[in-house]
Amino acid sequence: MAVVSSRSGRLGNRIAIAVVLVITVIFLSPIYWITTTAFKPLVQATSVPPSVLFEPQITPFVKLFTKRAQLTAPVAPEIYEAAPWWEKLVLDGGERLARDGNGEVVFSAYPDRFINSLIIAITSTILAVSMGTITAYGFSRFRVKGEADLLFFILSTRMLPPIVVAIPMFLMYRAVGLNDTHVGLIILYTAFNVSFAVWLMKGFMDEIPKEYEEAALVDGYTRMQAFFKIVLPEAATGIAATAVFCFITAWNEYAFALILTNRRAQTAPPFIPSQIGTGLQDWTVIAAGTVLFLIPVAIFTFLLRNHLLRGMSFGAIRK
Amino acid sequence: MARIRLENISKSFGQHTAVEDLDIDVADGEFFVLLGPTGAGKTTTLRMIAGLEKPTTGRVHINEADVSAWGPAERDVALVLQQYSLYPRLTVRDNLSFPLRSRVRNMSEADIEKRLDYASKTLRITHLLDRKTDRLSGGEMQRVSIGRAIVREPQVFLMDEPLSALDAKLREALRSELKDLQMRLGATFIFVTHDQVEAMTMGDRIAVMNKGRIAQVGRPQDVYSNPRNTFVAGFVGSPAINLLPGRIVGNGAVMAPSFQLPLAGPAASEGAYTFGIRPEDVSVESGAPVEARVHDIENHGIEKIVTMRVGEHLLRAAIPARTTVALEDQIRFSWNPNKVMLFDATTGVNLRHQAA
Repeated sequence: MAVVSSRSGRLGNRIAIAVVLVITVIFLSPIYWITTTAFKPLVQATSVPPSVLFEPQITPFVKLFTKRAQLTAPVAPEIYEAAPWWEKLVLDGGERLARDGNGEVVFSAYPDRFINSLIIAITSTILAVSMGTITAYGFSRFRVKGEADLLFFILSTRMLPPIVVAIPMFLMYRAVGLNDTHVGLIILYTAFNVSFAVWLMKGFMDEIPKEYEEAALVDGYTRMQAFFKIVLPEAATGIAATAVFCFITAWNEYAFALILTNRRAQTAPPFIPSQIGTGLQDWTVIAAGTVLFLIPVAIFTFLLRNHLLRGMSFGAIRK
Repeated sequence: MARIRLENISKSFGQHTAVEDLDIDVADGEFFVLLGPTGAGKTTTLRMIAGLEKPTTGRVHINEADVSAWGPAERDVALVLQQYSLYPRLTVRDNLSFPLRSRVRNMSEADIEKRLDYASKTLRITHLLDRKTDRLSGGEMQRVSIGRAIVREPQVFLMDEPLSALDAKLREALRSELKDLQMRLGATFIFVTHDQVEAMTMGDRIAVMNKGRIAQVGRPQDVYSNPRNTFVAGFVGSPAINLLPGRIVGNGAVMAPSFQLPLAGPAASEGAYTFGIRPEDVSVESGAPVEARVHDIENHGIEKIVTMRVGEHLLRAAIPARTTVALEDQIRFSWNPNKVMLFDATTGVNLRHQAA
């Protein structure tokens, strides 16, 4: 980068940095808010004005993973003394942990829902990206009759708010027995994402010179071998970018998950708000569930960040 | 090695006809050049030989086999392109061995190593073997892609403007290297270029193409001195030939109203023609019959090219570099009447070819 030496240039630079800082703060503040809330005592979480200084505690996470009930009477001291430290945290808050017939602590459904989310988001992402990649390759490399119309048709599936079809989807899914199944949501999310993946990957495929594969064809490889050996490695950046977007869409989807699942295949997004509490609104539990829910996307995006940065600017292939 | 025969080949893409009625016969071990401007159909022709495009009509023969329906892998041809010819992300060694590792060939590691060794020594790229292709200069890249063709020991080498992306010095060096290589290998080369200097210096034979058709096939010298039509005359030769519209009156050429000069050889009937004369056949001397003004001077070191203005005509002449001339000087010129070519004024066909 050129060294900016003029006075006005330096000032312009500072303004730019300031603007970037402000934008960063605006974008990060919800994350800060939800993260701090997840570690706040219940009283401070809803205090007005909001408290900035507080003693962090992990009670919300304990609550998130357990089932609880309001204490109707003060807990007996000997029971309190016998309880492990994490149970004491809950008892201090005026709640007791639910236990089964054997006296074992009953865990909440959060881990199951979380795993459901992972299974459904990862599978549908893999499906959408691989189908999108192959379709985009076809459109990019072969003369397809009515190519423009077909591409438009593919995109048209995203031209209405998905929720519009929620009721018919619900009825159809009920008829074919896909309600509350992993397969049902995987099919749905794949269908959402595949049109997007086709369009995004088409851009990346067009950027890869077809000379590479032609060289491989002449060198004695089949079209398939050329695709896997030459095209796919070149398309890695595009695949990474597309995968991140597809994963985030599937991971965060709320409306259909709420309507089409309730137990077995329910994902985390509809589950988290259902934990709002027994008797009072416990925002700290919601915040704890949300913070944990953010982690996979953060990890996924972080792992692919190099690809992603290059992918966003397209033209990722050096000419 | 191989003989290539294209028989009545046409190729259209939708409404657009890229190649029409092409007949080419390339002899075994020949360096054959397809020369023409952009869009002439050279690359399409090459791709049809490689099997990357299927001709709309006509057949392709390699040796005596009709390969029209074969895929690129089966034809055993090697292709060198102008750009993107190397696989990215692979080292030079992996690039060179890539074609040999195809299942079609099923070669042992020892054989691969042997061929790699031979190719890299031939092209003097041994020191580059472990480098990634993005760390190569343009010249090195083209060497490696030629190497990737050599390791295959193919029946035919197809080259699509392999030197065009290089700078002038390197191009010149690789030109003679490539010609030398072809002679050593004794292989059949089909070389596509738009650069007539490459065609003239390297080709055993040249096919000049224009708008999807062959304008002329022949040895470089024949194409140069006896072009079939004004297109070939204008395309081959640098500095370009002078093409002047005029008439034959009696025994002379009249460029009304500017000048007239004598003609030699078999007399053509009177009428309108296009006269072609190469700059080196125009002589500038004090006693010459026609007076002109110096319009432009290009100093090429080895000689000077002066553009002269006579009336509305511009005429280029090659003169010795020592001659001193200045813009707007008055000079006199003549031409070698034996070297004047006559082209039909409407069709542009050389009269000598018309008769044949």
